[in-house]
Amino acid sequence: MKQNIVEKIWQQHVVQHESGFPDVLRIDFALLHEVTSAQAFAMIEEQGLSIQNPKQFLATIDHSIPTRQNRHEIYDQTAKQQIELLRNNCQKHGITLCDLDSQHQGIVHVVGPELGITQPGMTLVCGDSHTATHGAFGTLAFGIGTSTLAHVFAAGAILMKRPKVMRVHFTGQLPANCYAKDMIMYLIAQIGIGGATGHVIEYTGEAIQVLSMEQRMTLCNMSIECGAIAGLIAPDQTTFDYIKNRPYAPKGAQWQTATDFWKSLHSDVACDYDQTVELDISLLQPQVSWGTNPEQTIGINQVIPTGKINFNESLDYVKLTTAQPLAGLPVDWAFVGSCTNGRIEDLRVVAQILDGHQIAEHVTMYIVPGSEQVMQQAQAEGLDQIFTTAGAEFRMPGCSMCLGMNDDKVPAGSRCISSTNRNFIGRQGTGSITHLASPATVAYSALAGFITSEYQNTYTQKEAS
Amino acid sequence: MNKQITTIQGLCAPMMMDDIDTDIIIPAQHLTQTSKSGYGQHAFARLKQADPDFVLNQNKYQKAKVLITGDNFGCGSSREHAVWAIQELGFQAIIAPSFADIFSNNARKNGLVLIEQPVTLCQQWAQQAKDHEFQITIDLVTAKIQAGNEAYLFDINPFFQHCLTHGHSELDYLLSQQVAITRHQQAAINQQLFIDFTGAPQ
Repeated sequence: MKQNIVEKIWQQHVVQHESGFPDVLRIDFALLHEVTSAQAFAMIEEQGLSIQNPKQFLATIDHSIPTRQNRHEIYDQTAKQQIELLRNNCQKHGITLCDLDSQHQGIVHVVGPELGITQPGMTLVCGDSHTATHGAFGTLAFGIGTSTLAHVFAAGAILMKRPKVMRVHFTGQLPANCYAKDMIMYLIAQIGIGGATGHVIEYTGEAIQVLSMEQRMTLCNMSIECGAIAGLIAPDQTTFDYIKNRPYAPKGAQWQTATDFWKSLHSDVACDYDQTVELDISLLQPQVSWGTNPEQTIGINQVIPTGKINFNESLDYVKLTTAQPLAGLPVDWAFVGSCTNGRIEDLRVVAQILDGHQIAEHVTMYIVPGSEQVMQQAQAEGLDQIFTTAGAEFRMPGCSMCLGMNDDKVPAGSRCISSTNRNFIGRQGTGSITHLASPATVAYSALAGFITSEYQNTYTQKEAS
Repeated sequence: MNKQITTIQGLCAPMMMDDIDTDIIIPAQHLTQTSKSGYGQHAFARLKQADPDFVLNQNKYQKAKVLITGDNFGCGSSREHAVWAIQELGFQAIIAPSFADIFSNNARKNGLVLIEQPVTLCQQWAQQAKDHEFQITIDLVTAKIQAGNEAYLFDINPFFQHCLTHGHSELDYLLSQQVAITRHQQAAINQQLFIDFTGAPQ
């Protein structure tokens, strides 16, 4: 029986399959953060249950912390209590916590892969919809709610219906000014915000195979934005090279056994999918969102289309009109960071663009590393100097300006070009306007002071020293 | 044990927008709370503030138990707070053409009933709920909605239906499988699962 990769992983994890019931699915690892875990700890405690295997969990603090230098001082008392509670819960239940003073603190989806936790063929969950990030490793990784997390705590398994599988096949080569971010935004614009509901996506094609792990993570990260349960890429040598020698990676003779097994995790030739989407990216333009959900995205040289009923409400909110181009639209803020684009390669791309230039005077730019490790690496490479010299702020690791639940918010009425994943109404702060784009487009726009994906003549050149 | 629910009878409130996301249902700034309650007052806050005539600002819908809405309801984040917030407003069921996956899972765990119906029917019911007091009865045992003189069948997962109508929890079922789960976990180690747990940061 020919199987696709999702069917293989699913089958390896099904403990119990009974008609009329959801499958009992074994969960190999769960990542936690402060926002969606407190009530799950309370749920099991209320029922007198304990955590089956605390080693299967790792917690970090990312969503509600400030990213300024003195981030240990949390002014928001509710957020402070939430963080304290995570500390207490982790201590009480024997769960490793990457706290603010840890070398591994950071955004949950940056930290997991960095530590080598994320491995091919695993099931991995987190109370966070961007958990599909880990699918870059051929991991079946998806977001769950707090009650489901309580199930993982108590049982090491969850109840779930077997998902449908969609193949998204990219043909052609990615143009030089485009990145994985542009590929995924293009897909979302094509199939829509609910286009993959009920499905796990497998991404295939030569354009996928040549992507680095970090680019693959960006791609898989936004699978949820077209409604997919998860998105994944079959593991290959690039995957194995990334995992090798990381703390949780198999060592010694285990390494060989592991890679032998991982190599079996690919879709069989001529296997079935519930749905297939093919996208040619050879003429792709850098993608920028214009509206209030990620589907509302166009190429940078296109104009805002006319469309569904919701379009008008979106246009009112973002203060734009149909047939208007996005290129040239002034921005007040520029943000680089998040679980989508807060990794070292993203920061390198931004540094390369900003190096020797100044961001526009009216633009405030935050660059927020995804983790302590990313921050330290950026410092070691001198990227932090490039950022601050260009007039950007290089801040401490965290989710920051992605979701408006910590000190970092885009002010009401301000327009932000952002390397994040959602442009929902008020996402970056009440009344904020978000345009999603790749880190490169964010950097070029910060320099120009308006949306662009290339150098412009209007920004101030740094004087030759 | 969960609360046993066999019928839901009540007033419908129309919110016919597609793609209502979880940031709209409950903005992230309210997620620093660690309890399961206190979210209702902030539910749909941005829509409430933007429009004085928004459905949830109108007196006549304050006691509504069923929300009629558009396609892809609950898309976006995994926050279960969205379900808790909607329940706190008094809603026991939502009827829409489709729902986002994580939201559906979360709703099920909390006994919030989600029912899919064709878009034309949702629009028709939303219009009726706008025009006059529109009451329906949802019978979970027979999976039937009674609206006036008409009855409409709906799909419901038999396991979820059983849990709801008997007051059983999904977790109890899962825990009854514990021996098999543990055996399965042990068999996976070094065969399919290669995590070196000694690598955990100190």
